[in-house]
Amino acid sequence: MHPVRKQRLQWILLILVATSIGIGLVVYTLRQNANYFYTPSQIASGVAPLGVALRAGGMVTKGSLHRIADSLEVSFDVSDGAARLRVHFTGILPDLFAEGQAAVVTGKLDDQSIMRATQVLAKHDENYMPPEVADAMLEAYKRPDERARVDEEPYYEP
Amino acid sequence: MTESRGNWQWLYRLGSPRWFYDISGRWLPWLSALTFFLLMTGLVWGLAFAPPDARQGNSFRIIYLHVPASFLALAGYYIMAVAGAAGLVWRVKMAFIIMKSAAPIGAVMTLIALFTGAIWGKPTWGAFWVWDARVTSMLILLFLYIGVLALQRAFHNGDVGYKASAILALVGTVNIPIIYKSVDWWYTLHQPATLKLTSAPSMHIDMLQPLLVMIGGFYVFYVLVLCLFARAEIVCQERSTVWVRRRLEGTP
Repeated sequence: MHPVRKQRLQWILLILVATSIGIGLVVYTLRQNANYFYTPSQIASGVAPLGVALRAGGMVTKGSLHRIADSLEVSFDVSDGAARLRVHFTGILPDLFAEGQAAVVTGKLDDQSIMRATQVLAKHDENYMPPEVADAMLEAYKRPDERARVDEEPYYEP
Repeated sequence: MTESRGNWQWLYRLGSPRWFYDISGRWLPWLSALTFFLLMTGLVWGLAFAPPDARQGNSFRIIYLHVPASFLALAGYYIMAVAGAAGLVWRVKMAFIIMKSAAPIGAVMTLIALFTGAIWGKPTWGAFWVWDARVTSMLILLFLYIGVLALQRAFHNGDVGYKASAILALVGTVNIPIIYKSVDWWYTLHQPATLKLTSAPSMHIDMLQPLLVMIGGFYVFYVLVLCLFARAEIVCQERSTVWVRRRLEGTP
């Protein structure tokens, strides 16, 4: 390769390496701040700041969703397997919000560590399947003899 | 052939606008036919015949535009940056023409990805827009594309504009792996990738097949539009040459 072109190529590689290191350091520093939400464990262990609006995300615990009659008020728990967070919300839940599915809530913690949410978002996972297949999985999951063979939770519960 | 060029001679032939104009002219009918066939097959298959998703219902079908457009937004950025780097090192006119042609296509692909994502986000998440790492880094990609587009037109001397925008394109490549890995590195509202390099796709085969057809169709469509834009740019830049005048008059 011609020395001049070789030098230009080296400059380009230098620019790439330098910016990668620079941005890499920024990304490393932002690793917590760039998270969209805190997990219930982080909130329980005091990592999340108190008294300011924050987001919490996790699985909506099965059987924890309660609606208060004659109002739009609901309460439910989100969990990451290790800790639980109680959430109170007044408003309309997204269509895909369901027990056993992930959700992200925005709000403030009150003095009893209950999240007073102003927004509830449903988080979808990366799985896609037709209803018949999901039904078949659910059927298989319900049969005790087959449950051992089904390693995954059913895709949804109707 | 001079001594210093040596084994890189083929690159100079590849870099001739006239050669590119003639060879791409022969590709155009095939590329157009293949684009039409793949996109029509993929759209009809995906929108009409693929089964609905068990949880999302029919709204999941926007994946047939969202995912292919996102693929090309990211891959197209690398095409633009590599062409820019080749232009900086070898000063090949054709490399800068490819870089210039790739910028608007990539910007539109990014816009399609963001727009379809917003339309899908409202019924699925409950919000058109969220500032999570994936969505925000994708917005930065759009700004990078717009920056490259603006910078190459910002100088009276076209050559300076090309070099400046090529450097910006190169610096911006750092963002591509960040977009790709954002859903794994941080907690995001956006779900992790359904199509993965290392493991089986987490999508039923009946829904996956039309998606793969659409991704293939978008790639061919990208090459087709890139050729068309590059040809227009060649004609514009070389308009005073004899060969362009001959081509435009239809005489060989």
